[in-house]
Amino acid sequence: MPDNANFLRLEGLQVHFPIQGGLFDRVLGRPPRAVRAVDGIDLNIRRGEIVALVGESGSGKTTVGRAITKLAQPTSGRLLFEDEDMSSVRGSSALRPYRHRVQMIFQDAYQALNPRHTVFEIVAEPLRSLQLVEGGKQLADRVSEALAAAGLNPPGDFFSRFPHELSGGQRQRVVIAGALAVKPKLIVADEPVSMLDVSIRAQILQVLVDLRAKHNMALLFITHDLPLAWLIADRIAVLYLGKLVEIGSADEITFNPHHPYTVALRNATPQIRSDASRVGLPALQGEVPSAARVPKGCRFHPRCPVAFHRCKEEEPPAIEVAANHTAACWLAT
Amino acid sequence: MINSSQDNAPLLEVDRLSVDYGLKGVSSRAIDRVSFALRAGEAVGLVGESGSGKTTTAMAIAGLLSPNARVSGGEVRYRGKRLPIDDDAAMRPHRWSETSVVFQGAMNALNPVHRIIKQIAEPCVLKLGMSRVEATARARELLELVGIPADRGAAYPHELSGGMRQRVMIAMALACRPSIVIGDEPTTALDVITQAQILKLLGDLRSQLNLALILITHDLSVVAEACDRVMIMYSGRLVEDGTVAEIFGKPKHPYTRLLIDSIPNPANGKKVIRHIPGDPPSLVNRPSGCAFHPRCPSAMGVCQTEVPSLTGVGRGRVACHLHRFLQEDKVAAHA
Repeated sequence: MPDNANFLRLEGLQVHFPIQGGLFDRVLGRPPRAVRAVDGIDLNIRRGEIVALVGESGSGKTTVGRAITKLAQPTSGRLLFEDEDMSSVRGSSALRPYRHRVQMIFQDAYQALNPRHTVFEIVAEPLRSLQLVEGGKQLADRVSEALAAAGLNPPGDFFSRFPHELSGGQRQRVVIAGALAVKPKLIVADEPVSMLDVSIRAQILQVLVDLRAKHNMALLFITHDLPLAWLIADRIAVLYLGKLVEIGSADEITFNPHHPYTVALRNATPQIRSDASRVGLPALQGEVPSAARVPKGCRFHPRCPVAFHRCKEEEPPAIEVAANHTAACWLAT
Repeated sequence: MINSSQDNAPLLEVDRLSVDYGLKGVSSRAIDRVSFALRAGEAVGLVGESGSGKTTTAMAIAGLLSPNARVSGGEVRYRGKRLPIDDDAAMRPHRWSETSVVFQGAMNALNPVHRIIKQIAEPCVLKLGMSRVEATARARELLELVGIPADRGAAYPHELSGGMRQRVMIAMALACRPSIVIGDEPTTALDVITQAQILKLLGDLRSQLNLALILITHDLSVVAEACDRVMIMYSGRLVEDGTVAEIFGKPKHPYTRLLIDSIPNPANGKKVIRHIPGDPPSLVNRPSGCAFHPRCPSAMGVCQTEVPSLTGVGRGRVACHLHRFLQEDKVAAHA
């Protein structure tokens, strides 16, 4: 499969969650409403690429990750993996080959690990359920390999340990090892370091970056932290209320943001050196509105410090502002 | 303010404070001889990883230690008077009117079945002896002070967003006009934009009310934005104390330096992932000598055996053998 562009593609991906209306609504014949968690996004991830998906809580970033890993069903749009349309594939046996290639790492290692299972059982689980190994020797080898790749050395020392016997950093490594064991081509990592202490974070990031270097594995890194996204990713996609507002290289998004929301995010991010340059826009007021009540026009306009009449009426398309850098903002035209 | 003549006298002194936790008959030291002073209106960041003792230090100051904790040494003085931090009943008149706390999880700290106005008014009734009517008026004032329209007071906690709830927590902390507010990770659960709003609010209130602020956080960059001074804790001990400019410009302790280096900083332009090897130690298993020595790139023999004392260097303090030797060399060179 030589074509890099057709590794993973999201085309107008939409995930809406219906809101159960009351009897009153039905009697009055009100149209059913929905939480528009992901509201039509286009994004591609190349083979071996690290893309960071940045957004605040409620932006829909976790739902994008869950849709890619087939844990949430898209209501519209397409999810293409190596040219194959995965959008409507359902059921665990039909999804088995896909799960072999695409794995997810969850934020909270405390909750993602079964407290009654040993590290060996946890890491062996996906290998068994995806039927990727034959015999105990092969299983033990694959588990060892995954633990070592996640930085748990020597792997044998961890086989019979339980999650409560591990530190926070080690737990997150076990979660990573579980995802690695099946040798996926893409890992979706949902805030994999946000629960960890600063000194441990970098160790986990290094493991993820090494995986790309060694196995050409692609990574969708979901985070709310713009400097972290800059550090680890090749490209950054910024999500606001279910829509991508800006996509570009990590450096472009960090040093040359075009969308007022990206600028606001950057300005709000506390920095070690307070003399760092800040683009002169006032700080944002208010909070992200509910995805059940998406504003008309540009969905950012009620909070945007530079919104004008057109923003209230028409939704801006993704506009190219530099090479491989688009922003969905009328000011970018 | 009122005490402008005493501005140089410390408002709060923490003097060789040690706290132990008892667990299944085994006692382990959570904080070990922590000493510092806080002046009126000063904002200090108390930074450390989980298990470093930052929250224990702050809770001890507020007299809110958990029942299995014991003050095993040292004392805390407020305007020169010793605080009965280990006596719950004796501490009651001091809490909220001298030192108040803004807790991390605002949803858990607020009562879900009472309107927020009632929850803010309550300390005014209990501590300040106000009538219901007076207290409600005061609560409306406090809401406006933290940027919430007073009419929103009729809302229940679940009707408010995370940022609004944190504002309510701040309003409650200010109810009895304390001179010290302790923020225990007050912005950790919030999004960056909301975090910036809350930090700005705390800064505004600080200058408006001449509040001293102790900000407990694991996030050095938050401290860089909001504080004058930083204290770094590691495994229950203060390892460095200095102004924001000193700590971030010229960190002295190897731990501080590595901590700063492990935070991604686009302003540096270099995409290098730097990490500190190993894990932070647990309380029951504190390494001998300097607790950081197993992870320290500059560790020497003495670091394994002797606990370095926190000594003055320039305008700050650092607990590191390396700096003691550097100082001694300088003295020897001058002699």
